[in-house]
Amino acid sequence: MEHSVNSIVPLLAVLVSIAVVPGLASARWPNVREGFTFAAGVIKLLLVISLVPAVLAGQVVLCHVVEVLPGVAIALKVDALGLIFALVASILWIVTSAYSIGYMRGLDEHSQTRYYSFFALALSATIGVAFSANLLTLYLFYEMLSLSTWPLVTHHQDREARSSGRKYLLYIVGSSIGLLLPAVLITYGLAGTGEFSAAGVLAGKAPYWLVLVLMLMYVFGLAKAGVMPLHSWLPAAMVAPTPVSALLHAVAVVKVGVFSIVRVLTGIFGVGLLAEMDLGLVLGYIASFTVIVASLIALSQDELKRRLAFSTIGQLSYIILGLSLLVPIGVTGGVLHIVMHAFGKITLFFCAGAIFVATGRKYISQMNGLGRRMPLTLTAFLVGSLSVIGLPPAGGFISKWFLLVGTMDAHRVVFMVVLLVSSLLNAAYFLPIVYRGFFKKATEPEFQMGFKEAPSWCLAPLLITAFCSLLLFFYPQPFLRLTQIAVAGLFGG
Amino acid sequence: MSEQLPAFIIVAPLIGACLIFIAGFTRRGLCYPLAMVSMVVALGSSIGVLHQVLVDGPLIYKLGGWDPPWGIVYNVDALNALVLAVVAAVALVNLVASRQFIDAQPFYRIGAFYALYILAVTGLMGMVITGDVFNLYVLLEIASLTGYALVAMGDDRAPLSALNYVLVGTIGASFYLLGVGFLYAMTGSLNMVDIAQRLPGLYGSTAVFAAFVMIMVGIWFKAAFFPLHSWLPNAYTYAPPPSAGLLAPLMTKVMIYVMIRMMLTVFTPAYSFSFGLLNQVVVWLAVIAIVAGAIMALAAKDFKRLLAYIIVSEVGYMVGGAWLGNRLGMTGSMLHLVNDAAMTLCVFLAAAALSFRLKDTKLTSFQGLFKTMPFTMGALVIGGLSIIGVPPTCGFFSKWYLISAGIQAGAWGYIAALLFSSLVNLILFFKIFEIAYFEPFSAHGHGHDNGGHGQVSALAVREAPAQVVVPLVVTAIGLVVLGLYSKELVAGVIDLGLPLGLK
Repeated sequence: MEHSVNSIVPLLAVLVSIAVVPGLASARWPNVREGFTFAAGVIKLLLVISLVPAVLAGQVVLCHVVEVLPGVAIALKVDALGLIFALVASILWIVTSAYSIGYMRGLDEHSQTRYYSFFALALSATIGVAFSANLLTLYLFYEMLSLSTWPLVTHHQDREARSSGRKYLLYIVGSSIGLLLPAVLITYGLAGTGEFSAAGVLAGKAPYWLVLVLMLMYVFGLAKAGVMPLHSWLPAAMVAPTPVSALLHAVAVVKVGVFSIVRVLTGIFGVGLLAEMDLGLVLGYIASFTVIVASLIALSQDELKRRLAFSTIGQLSYIILGLSLLVPIGVTGGVLHIVMHAFGKITLFFCAGAIFVATGRKYISQMNGLGRRMPLTLTAFLVGSLSVIGLPPAGGFISKWFLLVGTMDAHRVVFMVVLLVSSLLNAAYFLPIVYRGFFKKATEPEFQMGFKEAPSWCLAPLLITAFCSLLLFFYPQPFLRLTQIAVAGLFGG
Repeated sequence: MSEQLPAFIIVAPLIGACLIFIAGFTRRGLCYPLAMVSMVVALGSSIGVLHQVLVDGPLIYKLGGWDPPWGIVYNVDALNALVLAVVAAVALVNLVASRQFIDAQPFYRIGAFYALYILAVTGLMGMVITGDVFNLYVLLEIASLTGYALVAMGDDRAPLSALNYVLVGTIGASFYLLGVGFLYAMTGSLNMVDIAQRLPGLYGSTAVFAAFVMIMVGIWFKAAFFPLHSWLPNAYTYAPPPSAGLLAPLMTKVMIYVMIRMMLTVFTPAYSFSFGLLNQVVVWLAVIAIVAGAIMALAAKDFKRLLAYIIVSEVGYMVGGAWLGNRLGMTGSMLHLVNDAAMTLCVFLAAAALSFRLKDTKLTSFQGLFKTMPFTMGALVIGGLSIIGVPPTCGFFSKWYLISAGIQAGAWGYIAALLFSSLVNLILFFKIFEIAYFEPFSAHGHGHDNGGHGQVSALAVREAPAQVVVPLVVTAIGLVVLGLYSKELVAGVIDLGLPLGLK
């Protein structure tokens, strides 16, 4: 029985960014407005960090908000799994806020107040998902995230942005209403509860076929995870400003999708039930398909952000693949990949944005010789690529190592092959970009003018996240420790 | 004093309506205060009665001291006490928002408008509280006749819509009356409790079955249950804002309550749910209603017409939930009745606020509204989210019960229809938000694509009058509050009113 404490801190951590929205809206001076964003980001991070010692000590922090229906409550629970995700999201929000300033001012974007307000709302929802104690709470914050990111996707307001916004909303909310909501209600109907617990709540409550159907409803209903065929909202969402793509579509939104899948599969079904029914294999094949196909599509994309988007779709399924192995090492790899991929991919997106701000180039074919003009950015891009490919000395190596060991541990050779092939494909779609930049002769005249990086508000964040990616290889704490606690909890229950 | 509260609910607005009518000729300035006083008294008494029922259990009020089954009695249990409070609250909020509009009418209309408004509320509340099936018919006619007149107060096409409403409504009322006649012929009684006691011996009778079906069909006409809805879209599209704000949230919902009362109190669940096939047919009719309403709403080009078709869908939700034949479904239906009254009020008040600043309510003229009318649109966002069913707004929680009930009953078609309609509502409302938020706007009304980087021409805030916006914002906040108190509503009120035998 794990030791638990009650605290209001998780609720404050969720609400703090909503609290600044009025401040944002009333600020006529951009510096004050962005000051509010930073203040909220720092307070949020401090609140999340303040929860770390308790969780490292093996405790679970609870916060019961309100019982909305008899036996069904809105409640928050901070355990190691949720805390890992909350830490990643709140650290990267601060970095992204800095980057946003450089990017949005650099391009003289319109409606920046709206942009920062909805960004803050989206972060609240993200932390809410991370800390959800039951299915209702998770659904609530999941929908809140879908709706609050819609204005960010549609930010440019032109015809393309509006139609991408429609696609985004229809895929994400359509699947959550059409599949997730009935799955949640069936779960409550079968089990009488939706509380997440390591033992799961469905064991013995439903026949094999129903458990299988429910699992598929959750995996596809949580379409933010980008499992094919419900993935094509993500490339479409790339019309958003790059900071949005970076934080939301490489970290917050998509990771909320996989995090929710991990949470539901381990907390509602339970690792034991999945292993007993051998559902890991089904899940693994679904994930493998997405991993391979997404990587192949990424090869053919010329627009940098779209290539990154397809790479994200593939990488997200790594996490699901790790979970599907249902052995401690594999799940450790999956959970760690949430962290490692976040730092690596956000670096790549920041680089794409910096290139766009500095040169206006969006297409990879236009980036020959870019390294002479933006060597720092391109070096950071190399680091991010290494992390996503899973090569040392970048953090991605650690999670991929665990994943590979996991496939051996689970005797799933097929999935090991999938991981290796996909790594090759990752290298094949990332490294040529770096090669073009550094070694090909510049075709664009302005690349020969010499060293001229993006504004420092853009440059600093991407160097920081690239550095973090390297740092995580040498010093993966506290994430590794938290992951081990989380995984021990999942398998010990 | 407190034992007379049930009478106050009806008597206060009835007397109020007469006084307003007189004041309309002599002192027009008194009309609004009189209307306010009668609504406040009605709301206060409703809340008082609800409190009494929750503390002391169901109460019986004999009008004029005459004993049932000869005299008219008011039977109040937790369910209709709740509906009474909802009707009074909605009518009061809408009355506050209506003043600006009504006082701008030609002088000879003002008194009549307020008098009809209060009289319609009297009829609606009377239908909910009465324990006599014939008395219910009388009150139904009061509510309907005043409703026709209130719709006809609009301009242009309103009188024709009202005429259509009169014709269809009269057919519905006739069905109901025929059914009551059959019941009276078979049982010799008009008192609901009395009929319920005499019926069990007659359950096999074809005449009783005919009465049951005719009463239901009559109610469905008035509740706009597809395909008996033809009066509703035009009536609510062309009705003036105060009338639409009163009738759209309340008329169909009160009829749903009357249906539930007939099913639970008069015929009792033992009879109502004894026909396996009939139940399934009605649930499938509800499925058709939900889907048809959603599709017609998709085709609507006018905001108010779109809202009207959403009501057609919502009626399907509630009829279906009630006919699933389980306790969850009945709970969901009652909870949705309360929530839908609030949601519909919210969106129709938003429509009223828009009509102050827009020359029409066509969706294509919504550009830039988030800039010019931020409070109205903010409230509309909450109302829309509630109708879509996004937590923590109230619409989510009643949908939760309805879908759970569908799962329990194995009514997969009904579940699919609910999910389909939620998706359609998502499309409908986000289409509106997209136009109002993102479509390029220019002061002359000719849109141009500014490529996203040009500064959107600075638009000044031009909100509707505070008298409309404040009730609207209060209602919108109420949707969230109502959602967070769903447990109290379900466990503390609705559950007490449902018969114990209903599982």
